[in-house]
Amino acid sequence: MTTESGADSEAKQPQANKEAEKGKTKAAADPASPQKQPEQLPAAVGHSTPTRKDQEQEEDQESHRSSTSRLSKSPLRGVKKVKMMQCKITLLDGTDYTVNVEKRAKGHVLFDKVCEHLNLLEKDYFGVTYRDVENQKNWLDPSKELKKQIRTGPWNFAFNVKFYPPDPSQLSEDITRYYLCLQLRDDVVSGRLPCSFATHTLLGSYTVQSELGDYDLEEMGSDYVSEIRFAPNQTKELEEKVMELHKTYKGMTPAEAEIHFLENAKKLSMYGVDLHHAKLVGNLYESLAPAEGEDSEGVEIMLGVCSSGLLIYRDRLRINRFAWPKILKISYKRNNFYIKIRPGEFEQFESTIGFKLPNHRASKRLWKVCVEHHTFFRLVSPEAPPKKFLSLGSKFRYSGRTQAQTRRASAQIARPAPLFERTSSKRYNMSRSLDGAPITENHETPVKDGTGDGVPKVLAHEDIITTVTTERKAEEEKEEQEEVQKAATETPEATEMTPLRHDTKYSFIRRAKGENVFIRHSNLMLEDSEPPPEVVKHQTNISELKRSFLETGSGSGGPGQTEWEKRLSSSPLRSPRADESPMIEPLELQDANDEQPTEEETKQVVGSKDTVAAGYLVKYVPDSIVTEGATSSGPHGISLSTTMDDDVFINGTLREEAEGKSHEEEEVSDRSDVKVSPGAVRQEVSQAISDKKGTLIIFKQPENKENTQDEGTSEKKSLPAPIELETDETEKETEAPAAVKGQTSVVEMLSPTVEIKTGDTAQIKNIDSPKKAMASWISEEKVEVSQVIGVFTKKVEELKTLDEVQQKAEGIQSKQLESSLTHITVSEASAASLAVSTFGWVSPSQKASADQDEKPVITENEAEPVTSKVPDGVDVPSKDVPVVHTETKTITYESAEVDTNGDADAGVLLSAQTITSETTSTTTTTHITKTVKGGISETRIEKRIVITGDADIDHDEALAQAIKEAKEQHPDMSVTKVVVHKETEITPEEGED
Amino acid sequence: MANMCPYGRFTHAVVRGIPETFGKTAGDSHENGEVTVDQAKAQRQFGCLTGALRQKVGLQLIEIPPDPELPESWRIEDVAVIQGDTALITRPFKQQRRSEVDAVRRVMSELNLTIVEMGDELGDSGGATLEGSDVLFTGREFFVGISSHTNRRGAEVLADTFRDFAVSTVPVCGGARLKDFCSMGGPDTIIISNSDGAKKTLRVRMMEQLTDHHYEVLTVPEESAANCIYIKGPSKRDFLLHRPAEECPDSISAFQKLPDYTPLPTACSEASKLGASLSSFCLLINRKHTYF
Repeated sequence: MTTESGADSEAKQPQANKEAEKGKTKAAADPASPQKQPEQLPAAVGHSTPTRKDQEQEEDQESHRSSTSRLSKSPLRGVKKVKMMQCKITLLDGTDYTVNVEKRAKGHVLFDKVCEHLNLLEKDYFGVTYRDVENQKNWLDPSKELKKQIRTGPWNFAFNVKFYPPDPSQLSEDITRYYLCLQLRDDVVSGRLPCSFATHTLLGSYTVQSELGDYDLEEMGSDYVSEIRFAPNQTKELEEKVMELHKTYKGMTPAEAEIHFLENAKKLSMYGVDLHHAKLVGNLYESLAPAEGEDSEGVEIMLGVCSSGLLIYRDRLRINRFAWPKILKISYKRNNFYIKIRPGEFEQFESTIGFKLPNHRASKRLWKVCVEHHTFFRLVSPEAPPKKFLSLGSKFRYSGRTQAQTRRASAQIARPAPLFERTSSKRYNMSRSLDGAPITENHETPVKDGTGDGVPKVLAHEDIITTVTTERKAEEEKEEQEEVQKAATETPEATEMTPLRHDTKYSFIRRAKGENVFIRHSNLMLEDSEPPPEVVKHQTNISELKRSFLETGSGSGGPGQTEWEKRLSSSPLRSPRADESPMIEPLELQDANDEQPTEEETKQVVGSKDTVAAGYLVKYVPDSIVTEGATSSGPHGISLSTTMDDDVFINGTLREEAEGKSHEEEEVSDRSDVKVSPGAVRQEVSQAISDKKGTLIIFKQPENKENTQDEGTSEKKSLPAPIELETDETEKETEAPAAVKGQTSVVEMLSPTVEIKTGDTAQIKNIDSPKKAMASWISEEKVEVSQVIGVFTKKVEELKTLDEVQQKAEGIQSKQLESSLTHITVSEASAASLAVSTFGWVSPSQKASADQDEKPVITENEAEPVTSKVPDGVDVPSKDVPVVHTETKTITYESAEVDTNGDADAGVLLSAQTITSETTSTTTTTHITKTVKGGISETRIEKRIVITGDADIDHDEALAQAIKEAKEQHPDMSVTKVVVHKETEITPEEGED
Repeated sequence: MANMCPYGRFTHAVVRGIPETFGKTAGDSHENGEVTVDQAKAQRQFGCLTGALRQKVGLQLIEIPPDPELPESWRIEDVAVIQGDTALITRPFKQQRRSEVDAVRRVMSELNLTIVEMGDELGDSGGATLEGSDVLFTGREFFVGISSHTNRRGAEVLADTFRDFAVSTVPVCGGARLKDFCSMGGPDTIIISNSDGAKKTLRVRMMEQLTDHHYEVLTVPEESAANCIYIKGPSKRDFLLHRPAEECPDSISAFQKLPDYTPLPTACSEASKLGASLSSFCLLINRKHTYF
C-alpha cells in the first residue's frame, strides 16, 4: 500500500478526478493500468444515472443482438477493446446467475446487475463475495475493479447479506425480507447460526408456510417437508414438529410467514455475527475466567463482528464484548488486529487489545468488516477516507449507504410491491439449470416460471433486466459482441464524461426520486491519535469535502476535494498507505436518534478545537437528530425530505447551550468523550445536508462581532427567497438568542407554542398555500425588522409576535416535531411554523459573546417538508395544490457573536469590494466591506455562491467547501453566518416559473 | 425465539424439602463446619417460602421429598437449569451432590421437559461442572459465573444446550456464586448488590460490557438482599420474594422502588448461613409455553 499520492490535492475536475484518483491509488497499490478509467466510467455512470437503465439496456441489447447499432454509439471512442468476462454469481436460493461484465468493471457493476436481476431495491444490506486464493470469503469492494480483487481466481461470486438488519420489520419491501430469509435459512442449515431444536422447528415451519402455503392434507400428505432443509442435522422428529406447527398457520401469507421467521431469527444470539478466528495477544484481563488459571496468551478465540460491536467468543461462550461506542480505534498491522478501548468507569487509561489472526489477509479482512459494520450501523453517513497526509494506513472506508441512509431511501420506494416467486430452495435435491434462465424473459414476461429452473423469479416491473442475456450466447458470439459492446460502453463514457459526478449521486438518488436522500457522506474521520487541530480539520472535512465540489483547484480544498469525490464515486478504497493503521472513530450517536450529543460535548468540542468548524458541527447535531426522529417516527416521516411540494420544513435548530444542556443531555447516555461527540456531529450534519438539492450559499464572514445581520438581511433581500426563509426562521431562532440572558425562558415559551401548533396541525394541514402565504408575509416583515433593527432583542420581540401569528395562522406543525425530541421541540416548532423555509438562526449571544473562539456556533436547520411528517393530511393537500413549483430550503448557520452587535449601520464604510468568480456550476460573489465603527474596524466578507446544476452537483459539499475555504482564506476572521438557500424545481409542469 | 419471552412467567415451582441432615454438608464438612443452624427454623422458613409460591404467587408446586442421604438436596437450584421446555441437568461440583439430580430428572421428565444431560459423557476432559446458582438467565441471555463450582467447560455445555441465547461468562471470585449478589427483579431488571468493589466491577462487566440489551439495575446495599425471586404469576401480577427487613434492613427501601409489585418478604436466615439464599430453594418452570 502506498502512503500517499499527492495527486489528490490537485484533483480538480470533480468527477473525472476522482475516478482518476482512484485509478491512481489503485495503480499505486498494485501496478496496474492507470489508463483504464475511460472504460470504468461508463459502468459507473450507467449505474447511478437515471438514464442508466437505458444505457445498460442498450449496451446489453447491443451486445447480444448484434453489432448493428453499435456504430451509433461508438463514434467517440473505439480505441480500446473492452474485454467481457463472464461472472457466475451464486444467489441466495442456491441458483447461479451468470452475467457478463467488462473485465475492468468495478465491483458495483456486478453488484448492481445482480440486484437488478433480483429486482432488489434495498440492496445496501447485501453484498457480493468471492473466494480468495485461500478460499476465504471476501466482500467485493464495489469501488475496486473486479479483476484486481479476484486476481487470478475464477470469476465466481456469491450474493449474500452483508449487514443483517437488527430489525427486519423495518425493511420496506417484502422482497428484501425474502432474500434475507433465504440468507438466514442458509445460515441456519449450515450451522453458522446455531439454534435450538425449538427454534429450528419454528423457523422451519415458517419456511414451509412461506414456500408451500397453507397446509393441505390432500395435496401434501404427510411427508411434504422432508425435502426441505431446516437444520444441519435434520431429524424426523424435527420434521414432524415442523408439520405440526405448519398446520396451525392457515391463512398466513408468505410475506407474513417471512416476517415471523425474521422476528424469531433476529433474536438469535448469533444473528448477523460475522466470526473470525483469532488468538489473544497478551492478556485480555478479565475476559477469561480467572478460575481457569491459564495463561490467556495465545488462546483461541473467535471475534464476532455485528451491528452493535465486536464480540469475543471462546468456544461458544461470550467472554467479552466491545460495543462500537467503546471502541476508539480499530487497526491492524500485519496479522495483528488491534482495538483501542475507551477507558471504563473504573479505569483511567484507554487500553489496546491485540489479537493475532492467521495471516495478514485475515487481519485486514477483519478490519474491513469492522470498518464497514461500524459505519453502516453506527454512523449516519459514511466517513470520508482519511486524508493521505494525515494518516498512514489503508484508506479503505465503507462507501455505501449507512443503515440510516438506506432506511430513509427505502422509505421512498414507491413502486408497487414487486411480484416474485418464492422458489423451493434449499431442498435436498436442488435442480437448477442455469442455462435457461433467460434474463430477458424476466423483463418481457414478467411473471414467469421460476419454478422450472429453481431460479427465483423476480419480476421486474419497471426495471427491465436486459443485462444478462449475453451469457447464454455462445462464447464465440460473445467475443464478437465484445467489440460491439466495447464500442457501446465506450461511447457512453465519452458522452457522459461531464456527468461523471452523477454517477455517484445517481446511485443514491435512484430510489428516492428527487430525493435528497442520497447521502453524501460526511467525511470526517477522526483519528484519535491525531492532534486536536487535526481533528478539527477532520470535522471541517465535511465542509471541505463539500467544498471540493465547488472549488476547482484551490489549494486548501484540494485534498478534501479529492477524497470527497472519491467517496462520491462510491469507491471507498483508496490507495492503501504504507502503514496500515486505520482508525475508526467511536460514534456515540445511534441511528435511532436517541442519543444526542450533549451540549457539554458540544462545548467540549468547541473548546478543544477552536475551529469554527467544530462549532458548526455542534449545531448540526440537533438538526440531524430532528431529522432522524422524523424518519424514525414512521415510514411516512422518511418521505419528508423528499416531498418537494411542501414548503414547510422542519428546523432542527440547536439552541445552543442555554437550553440544550438541560434538555438534551438525557439522551446521550453513552457519549462520554468529546471525541465521540464530534463523530456524532458529523453524522448528523451529513444527514442534515443530504436533503438539499439546489443550494445557494451565502457566506458571511464578519470579522468583528459587529452585526452582520443588517447587512446580511439586506443582502439576503437581494435573493428574495432566501431572505424570507431566514427571516421566518430567524424569528424563532432569534428568540432564543435574542433574549440572551433570558434565552431559556424564551425558548420555553416557544415550546409551548409549538405544541399548540401541533394541535392545530390537523386543521391547518390541508392548507398549504395559506401557509406559504403566511410564511412569506411573515418573512417579509421579519426582513424589514431585521434590517431596521440591528438589535436582537427587538427582533426577538418581533419574532415572538411573529411566532404567535404563525402559530395562529399556521397550525402546520407536523407532529413529527413533537415526536422527535423534546429538547429540540422549540426549534422544530419554529421550523414547522415557517411554511416555506427552514431557517436556522443561532445566536449564542450570551455564551458566544464571552468566547469568541467558540463563536462559530452554527445552527443548522434542516428543512424538511412537513408533509412527510404528517403523512396523510399534509401530503394530500400538497399534491392537490399545484401551486408549488419549486422547493426552497434555506439553511442558515449563524454564529452568536454577530448578534451582539446590533447596529450594522453604525460603522463608517471604509471600502467595499466585490469579486466574482465563476466555474461551471458555481458563481461566487464576494463582497468585502470594511467599516469603522466606534473605533473598531470591521471587515465583513460576504460570499454568495450560487450553485446551479442538477442533482449531479453536491451542494452540501459545495457548502462545506465554501465554508472551509472562507475560513482558510481568512484565518483571522470568523464565520458568522451561513445561509443556504435551495431551490429545486419539483416538477416542471407544475412549476409556475 | 419462541422461547424468548420476557423473564418471569412461570407456572410451576419445584422444591425439595429440608432433610434432618440439614446443615451437614455433603461429604467433608469443613466448609460449614462451624455454622450452627436451626433445622426446625429452616423448615419453617422453607414452609413460608413454598406457601408464598403456591398461595400468593399461585404456582403449582412440586415438592420432592427430602433425602437424609443428601443433606444439600434442598438446594435444588443447583442441579438443573431450565429454559423454555428444556432442562439441563447439571453436574455439581461436589461429587456427593451429583446424585441429587436423579430425583429432579424424574420430575423434569414428568413435566415433559426436554432433558439434556451434561453428565458423564461430557465430564471426562477436566470435567464440566455447573451449578444453577452460577447461572443467571435474564430472558434474553445467560450469564454464567465461572466460580469455584462452575467451570468454563460447564458453561460451554450450557451454551450448547441453549443455543438460541448468548451465554456470557463472568468471573466470580472467592468461593462466591453468581447469584449471591444478583438476581432478576423484573423482565428487564437486575438486582445487584454493591457491597464491594469487586462486585461493582462485575456489574460493569455484566451490564455494560457483555450485553447488547439494556437492563434496569436495582442496586441494594446488602449482598444478601440481591438474591430475590421475581415471578409474574398466573394472575399477571409482579411478585418479588425478598429477604425481610430484619435480614436486610438497608435494602427494603430499594424494593419499594419497584412499582406495582407485590413484595413477599421471605425469611431465609438459616439457609443463608450455609451460603444459600432464596433462589436456591426452587426451580421455576413455565409449562404454558406450548407453541407446538
